[in-house]
Amino acid sequence: MNMKHTILIAALLAAPTVQASGGGESFAATQPKWKAECSSCHIAYPPKLLPAASWKTMMGSLDKHFGTDASLDAAATTEILAFLEKNASRRKPEPSAKPVLRFTETRWFQSEHDEVSARLWKDPRVKSPSNCAACHTKAENGDFNEHNIRLPR
Amino acid sequence: MLPLKTPLTMALTLAIFTLNAYAQTPQETLAGLRQQAAETPGFQGFSATRGEQFFKSTHGNDWSCATCHTQNPTVSGKHAKTSKIIQPMAPAVNAERFTDQAKVDKWFKRNCNDVLDRACTPLEKGDVLTYLMSLK
Ligand code: HEC
Ligand code: HEC
Ligand code: HEC
Repeated sequence: MNMKHTILIAALLAAPTVQASGGGESFAATQPKWKAECSSCHIAYPPKLLPAASWKTMMGSLDKHFGTDASLDAAATTEILAFLEKNASRRKPEPSAKPVLRFTETRWFQSEHDEVSARLWKDPRVKSPSNCAACHTKAENGDFNEHNIRLPR
Repeated sequence: MLPLKTPLTMALTLAIFTLNAYAQTPQETLAGLRQQAAETPGFQGFSATRGEQFFKSTHGNDWSCATCHTQNPTVSGKHAKTSKIIQPMAPAVNAERFTDQAKVDKWFKRNCNDVLDRACTPLEKGDVLTYLMSLK
């Protein structure tokens, strides 16, 4: 591939990064198999939180999923991956060699939460940023609207 | 038909329907495990005591079954890493448990892998289920 093509493709990839942000973000996409299988250990994290390449990597290594075995049969894996890819984030992935798997470590997540104090993140009722439901009372339905936030106190 | 009978019939039909919503009973799940365990030489039946000990001990890793399912499987547990609530494991208090073979197989595979770095044997699974079914 020559230089010109590379630049053109890079520009195309970067283009759709302009996206509704701050309140208007919709995480409503849902699918029965995904909802059933990806919500048994934590809330089903909306597909919009990661780009397609990240979901692909994650679904290819479910037997080693953040220190736990979350393996699924091949049919369920394929069905869920298709849903995740279709509804994935179209933001340009952050420049890094490997696809991001922990969206809680992305700059986007951190800037949405820059008002959350370090003390609160460590509160035993929160324990981990991935525990969305500790603060977002309707997280289970993909609703992260600020009106539905209740901080533990 | 008497008018009174109708609600009764409806209630009965509903009751039967609800029962049938579960694909199999925990007893049937246990019978399946017994059939597999019987193929191992020297099999002498399952033991609730052995099952309890297995459930509450670690097996080389940080977690035991009780880490997430608690020392008392008649109450709710909590995922060790994510803190998500896990409904009780004992069929006496949670009628959904051990009624879906695919679900049972899926979780034994995952959780045994986390706790023992291998699959559980039919004997280990049968012991655990016998223990859980002995809880009231
Ligand atoms: C067997 C339990 C289990 C199942 C099933 C499971 N996960 Fe997870 N998942 C975890 C654990 C444990 C973590 C790490 C949580 C932490 O460190 O706070 C995690 C973390 C994640 C994260 C990263 C969250 C972050 O911190 O940014 C994503 C994304 C994720 N899971 C997606 C999925 C998807 C998609 C499925 C369904 C295919 C799934 N999970 C099913 C246990 C599970
Ligand atoms: C410790 C509490 C806490 C946890 C845990 C938490 N959040 Fe938040 N979240 C907040 C607060 C506070 C805000 C800021 C609301 C504001 O801007 O006024 C916020 C904002 C957001 C927003 C922007 C909402 C909007 O309307 O602009 C999104 C999206 C979001 N969080 C997603 C998540 C997800 C996904 C998780 C889990 C992986 C999570 N949060 C975990 C407290 C939390
Ligand atoms: C890291 C946490 C964790 C550990 C450790 C763990 N489990 Fe689980 N287990 C879960 C979760 C999460 C579920 C699924 C949620 C649910 O069904 O409520 C589950 C479900 C199950 C089920 C499905 C039962 C049914 O029919 O609904 C079985 C069987 C099971 N676990 C057995 C075990 C055994 C045996 C061990 C020890 C070898 C063990 N678990 C250790 C988290 C754990």
